[in-house]
Amino acid sequence: MKIILNNNEETFDRDKMTISELLELSNFSYKLLIVKVNGKLIKKDAYKDTIVKDGDDVTVLHLVTGG
Amino acid sequence: MTFNEIKIKLKKYTVGIAGAGGLGSNCAVALARVGLGKLVIADFDVVNETNLNRQYFFRDQLGEKKVTALKKNIERINPDIQINAYDIKLNKNNLVHLFKDCDIIVEAFDLAEMKQMIIETCMTKFPDKPLIIGSGIAGWGKSNTIKCKKSENLYICGDEESETTDNNPPLAPRVGIVANMQANTVLEILLNKK
Repeated sequence: MKIILNNNEETFDRDKMTISELLELSNFSYKLLIVKVNGKLIKKDAYKDTIVKDGDDVTVLHLVTGG
Repeated sequence: MTFNEIKIKLKKYTVGIAGAGGLGSNCAVALARVGLGKLVIADFDVVNETNLNRQYFFRDQLGEKKVTALKKNIERINPDIQINAYDIKLNKNNLVHLFKDCDIIVEAFDLAEMKQMIIETCMTKFPDKPLIIGSGIAGWGKSNTIKCKKSENLYICGDEESETTDNNPPLAPRVGIVANMQANTVLEILLNKK
Protein backbone atom coordinates (compact mmCIF):
# COMPACT_ATOMS: atom_id res chain seq x y z
CA MET A 1 0.00 0.00 0.00
CA LYS A 2 0.98 3.62 -0.52
CA ILE A 3 0.36 6.32 2.05
CA ILE A 4 1.39 9.95 2.44
CA LEU A 5 3.59 10.16 5.53
CA ASN A 6 4.58 13.71 6.53
CA ASN A 7 3.96 14.92 2.99
CA ASN A 8 6.07 12.16 1.36
CA GLU A 9 4.69 9.16 -0.48
CA GLU A 10 5.78 5.92 1.22
CA THR A 11 5.17 2.35 0.12
CA PHE A 12 4.69 -0.52 2.56
CA ASP A 13 4.62 -4.20 1.74
CA ARG A 14 1.17 -4.91 3.26
CA ASP A 15 -2.49 -3.97 2.74
CA LYS A 16 -3.13 -2.25 6.06
CA MET A 17 -1.53 -1.72 9.45
CA THR A 18 -2.18 -0.09 12.79
CA ILE A 19 -0.67 3.23 13.86
CA SER A 20 1.50 1.34 16.37
CA GLU A 21 2.93 -0.84 13.58
CA LEU A 22 3.53 2.18 11.34
CA LEU A 23 5.37 4.06 14.11
CA GLU A 24 7.56 1.04 14.77
CA LEU A 25 8.31 0.36 11.08
CA SER A 26 9.14 4.01 10.44
CA ASN A 27 11.35 4.32 13.53
CA PHE A 28 9.35 7.00 15.30
CA SER A 29 10.77 6.28 18.71
CA TYR A 30 10.15 9.54 20.58
CA LYS A 31 8.14 9.32 23.75
CA LEU A 32 5.60 11.99 22.83
CA LEU A 33 4.09 12.18 19.38
CA ILE A 34 1.15 13.85 17.72
CA VAL A 35 -0.42 11.59 15.10
CA LYS A 36 -3.03 12.70 12.60
CA VAL A 37 -4.71 10.48 10.01
CA ASN A 38 -6.52 12.37 7.22
CA GLY A 39 -6.53 15.45 9.45
CA LYS A 40 -8.02 13.72 12.48
CA LEU A 41 -6.05 13.60 15.73
CA ILE A 42 -5.39 10.06 16.98
CA LYS A 43 -4.74 9.85 20.70
CA LYS A 44 -2.06 7.56 22.09
CA ASP A 45 -4.45 4.99 23.56
CA ALA A 46 -5.94 4.47 20.07
CA TYR A 47 -2.65 3.78 18.24
CA LYS A 48 -3.00 0.01 18.41
CA ASP A 49 -6.63 -0.02 17.23
CA THR A 50 -6.47 2.60 14.47
CA ILE A 51 -5.96 1.18 10.99
CA VAL A 52 -3.98 2.95 8.27
CA LYS A 53 -4.89 1.90 4.73
CA ASP A 54 -3.89 2.67 1.15
CA GLY A 55 -4.18 6.35 0.28
CA ASP A 56 -4.28 7.66 3.85
CA ASP A 57 -2.55 10.92 4.70
CA VAL A 58 -0.61 10.51 7.95
CA THR A 59 1.21 13.21 9.89
CA VAL A 60 3.56 12.36 12.76
CA LEU A 61 5.05 15.20 14.82
CA HIS A 62 7.64 14.88 17.62
CA LEU A 63 7.14 16.79 20.84
CA VAL A 64 10.30 17.41 22.84
CA THR A 65 10.82 19.34 26.07
CA GLY A 66 12.30 22.84 25.99
CA GLY A 67 10.85 26.31 25.85
CA MET B 1 2.58 46.23 2.04
CA THR B 2 4.20 49.20 3.76
CA PHE B 3 4.93 48.99 7.48
CA ASN B 4 2.11 51.44 8.07
CA GLU B 5 -0.37 49.16 6.24
CA ILE B 6 0.97 46.18 8.19
CA LYS B 7 0.43 47.96 11.52
CA ILE B 8 -3.13 48.94 10.58
CA LYS B 9 -3.95 45.36 9.65
CA LEU B 10 -2.30 43.76 12.70
CA LYS B 11 -4.07 46.17 15.05
CA LYS B 12 -7.32 44.18 14.55
CA TYR B 13 -5.97 40.89 15.81
CA THR B 14 -5.42 39.10 19.13
CA VAL B 15 -2.80 36.41 19.75
CA GLY B 16 -2.76 34.11 22.79
CA ILE B 17 0.61 33.03 24.16
CA ALA B 18 0.69 29.99 26.44
CA GLY B 19 3.80 30.47 28.58
CA ALA B 20 6.12 33.46 29.12
CA GLY B 21 9.50 31.72 29.13
CA GLY B 22 12.09 31.51 26.36
CA LEU B 23 9.63 31.02 23.51
CA GLY B 24 6.76 33.10 24.88
CA SER B 25 8.64 36.19 26.03
CA ASN B 26 10.62 36.55 22.80
CA CYS B 27 7.64 35.80 20.55
CA ALA B 28 5.48 38.33 22.42
CA VAL B 29 8.13 41.06 22.08
CA ALA B 30 8.47 40.44 18.32
CA LEU B 31 4.69 40.65 17.83
CA ALA B 32 4.45 43.82 19.94
CA ARG B 33 7.22 45.48 17.91
CA VAL B 34 5.39 45.00 14.61
CA GLY B 35 2.10 46.39 15.90
CA LEU B 36 -0.20 43.51 16.90
CA GLY B 37 -3.42 44.80 18.52
CA LYS B 38 -3.68 42.56 21.56
CA LEU B 39 -1.82 39.82 23.41
CA VAL B 40 -3.26 37.36 25.93
CA ILE B 41 -0.36 35.92 27.93
CA ALA B 42 -0.51 33.30 30.69
CA ASP B 43 2.27 31.92 32.93
CA PHE B 44 2.52 31.01 36.64
CA ASP B 45 6.29 31.35 37.12
CA VAL B 46 8.62 34.05 38.50
CA VAL B 47 11.79 35.37 36.82
CA ASN B 48 14.80 33.33 37.91
CA GLU B 49 18.49 33.99 37.30
CA THR B 50 18.72 30.83 35.14
CA ASN B 51 16.13 32.36 32.75
CA LEU B 52 18.34 35.30 31.76
CA ASN B 53 20.33 33.22 29.23
CA ARG B 54 17.35 33.31 26.85
CA GLN B 55 14.22 34.99 28.20
CA TYR B 56 13.22 38.62 27.68
CA PHE B 57 13.73 39.78 31.27
CA PHE B 58 16.29 41.90 33.09
CA ARG B 59 18.41 41.27 36.16
CA ASP B 60 16.47 43.83 38.22
CA GLN B 61 13.29 41.78 37.57
CA LEU B 62 14.48 38.63 39.40
CA GLY B 63 11.67 37.34 41.64
CA GLU B 64 8.96 39.25 39.77
CA LYS B 65 6.05 37.37 38.20
CA LYS B 66 6.95 36.67 34.56
CA VAL B 67 3.68 37.96 33.14
CA THR B 68 3.96 41.23 35.11
CA ALA B 69 7.60 41.77 34.14
CA LEU B 70 6.90 40.93 30.47
CA LYS B 71 3.94 43.32 30.30
CA LYS B 72 6.16 46.13 31.60
CA ASN B 73 8.94 45.31 29.13
CA ILE B 74 6.54 45.21 26.18
CA GLU B 75 4.89 48.49 27.16
CA ARG B 76 8.31 50.15 27.13
CA ILE B 77 8.60 49.08 23.46
CA ASN B 78 5.01 49.61 22.29
CA PRO B 79 2.59 51.34 24.67
CA ASP B 80 -0.28 50.95 22.14
CA ILE B 81 -0.60 47.18 22.39
CA GLN B 82 -3.29 45.85 24.71
CA ILE B 83 -2.00 43.09 27.02
CA ASN B 84 -4.12 40.75 29.13
CA ALA B 85 -1.62 39.04 31.44
CA TYR B 86 -2.72 36.11 33.59
CA ASP B 87 -0.66 34.76 36.48
CA ILE B 88 -2.05 31.25 36.21
CA LYS B 89 -0.94 27.67 35.53
CA LEU B 90 -2.71 26.70 32.33
CA ASN B 91 -4.68 23.47 32.06
CA LYS B 92 -7.15 22.05 29.56
CA ASN B 93 -10.07 23.87 31.16
CA ASN B 94 -8.78 27.36 31.84
CA LEU B 95 -6.92 27.68 28.53
CA VAL B 96 -10.18 27.26 26.61
CA HIS B 97 -11.68 30.12 28.60
CA LEU B 98 -8.64 32.44 28.38
CA PHE B 99 -7.89 31.95 24.68
CA LYS B 100 -11.38 31.58 23.21
CA ASP B 101 -11.33 35.05 21.59
CA CYS B 102 -7.79 34.82 20.19
CA ASP B 103 -7.27 34.63 16.43
CA ILE B 104 -4.17 32.45 16.84
CA ILE B 105 -2.60 30.56 19.77
CA VAL B 106 1.15 30.24 20.26
CA GLU B 107 2.29 27.34 22.43
CA ALA B 108 5.31 28.36 24.50
CA PHE B 109 5.45 25.75 27.26
CA ASP B 110 8.56 23.97 28.44
CA LEU B 111 7.39 20.38 28.96
CA ALA B 112 6.48 18.06 26.08
CA GLU B 113 3.49 16.75 28.08
CA MET B 114 2.08 20.30 28.24
CA LYS B 115 2.62 20.75 24.50
CA GLN B 116 0.61 17.58 23.93
CA MET B 117 -2.12 18.80 26.30
CA ILE B 118 -2.62 22.08 24.44
CA ILE B 119 -2.60 20.39 21.01
CA GLU B 120 -5.23 17.85 22.05
CA THR B 121 -7.34 20.55 23.71
CA CYS B 122 -7.16 23.04 20.84
CA MET B 123 -7.78 20.44 18.12
CA THR B 124 -10.93 19.40 19.99
CA LYS B 125 -12.22 22.79 21.21
CA PHE B 126 -10.84 25.19 18.58
CA PRO B 127 -10.40 23.15 15.36
CA ASP B 128 -10.45 26.34 13.25
CA LYS B 129 -7.89 28.33 15.26
CA PRO B 130 -4.28 28.13 14.09
CA LEU B 131 -2.01 26.72 16.82
CA ILE B 132 1.75 27.27 16.58
CA ILE B 133 3.94 24.85 18.55
CA GLY B 134 7.64 25.08 19.41
CA SER B 135 9.37 21.68 19.55
CA GLY B 136 13.14 21.05 19.48
CA ILE B 137 15.02 24.20 20.46
CA ALA B 138 17.82 23.18 22.82
CA GLY B 139 21.57 23.50 22.27
CA TRP B 140 23.52 25.56 19.76
CA GLY B 141 24.43 25.50 16.06
CA LYS B 142 22.49 23.36 13.54
CA SER B 143 20.47 26.40 12.44
CA ASN B 144 19.45 24.67 9.22
CA THR B 145 17.69 21.80 11.04
CA ILE B 146 15.11 24.25 12.40
CA LYS B 147 11.98 24.38 10.26
CA CYS B 148 8.26 25.12 10.32
CA LYS B 149 5.91 22.29 9.36
CA LYS B 150 2.23 22.84 8.68
CA SER B 151 -0.54 20.28 9.04
CA GLU B 152 -3.92 21.97 8.52
CA ASN B 153 -4.26 24.44 11.42
CA LEU B 154 -1.33 23.01 13.37
CA TYR B 155 2.12 24.50 12.81
CA ILE B 156 5.26 23.11 14.42
CA CYS B 157 8.46 25.16 14.64
CA GLY B 158 11.80 23.69 15.71
CA ASP B 159 13.95 20.70 14.80
CA GLU B 160 11.61 18.19 16.55
CA GLU B 161 14.57 16.44 18.21
CA SER B 162 16.79 18.70 20.37
CA GLU B 163 15.48 18.07 23.86
CA THR B 164 16.54 20.13 26.89
CA THR B 165 19.01 18.20 29.12
CA ASP B 166 21.78 19.24 31.56
CA ASN B 167 24.31 18.97 28.75
CA ASN B 168 22.10 20.46 26.07
CA PRO B 169 20.51 23.55 27.62
CA PRO B 170 18.18 25.97 25.88
CA LEU B 171 20.16 29.10 24.92
CA ALA B 172 19.23 32.54 23.59
CA PRO B 173 20.27 32.12 19.93
CA ARG B 174 18.42 28.90 19.09
CA VAL B 175 15.43 29.62 21.35
CA GLY B 176 15.27 33.06 19.72
CA ILE B 177 15.24 31.55 16.24
CA VAL B 178 12.26 29.35 17.09
CA ALA B 179 10.38 32.05 19.07
CA ASN B 180 10.77 34.45 16.15
CA MET B 181 9.81 31.72 13.70
CA GLN B 182 6.58 31.31 15.67
CA ALA B 183 6.03 35.09 15.51
CA ASN B 184 6.82 35.06 11.80
CA THR B 185 4.24 32.30 11.27
CA VAL B 186 1.67 34.45 13.10
CA LEU B 187 2.41 37.30 10.67
CA GLU B 188 2.16 35.02 7.67
CA ILE B 189 -1.30 33.86 8.76
CA LEU B 190 -2.66 37.28 9.80
CA LEU B 191 -1.29 39.29 6.87
CA ASN B 192 -2.73 36.77 4.40
CA LYS B 193 -6.22 37.10 5.89
CA LYS B 194 -8.74 38.78 3.62
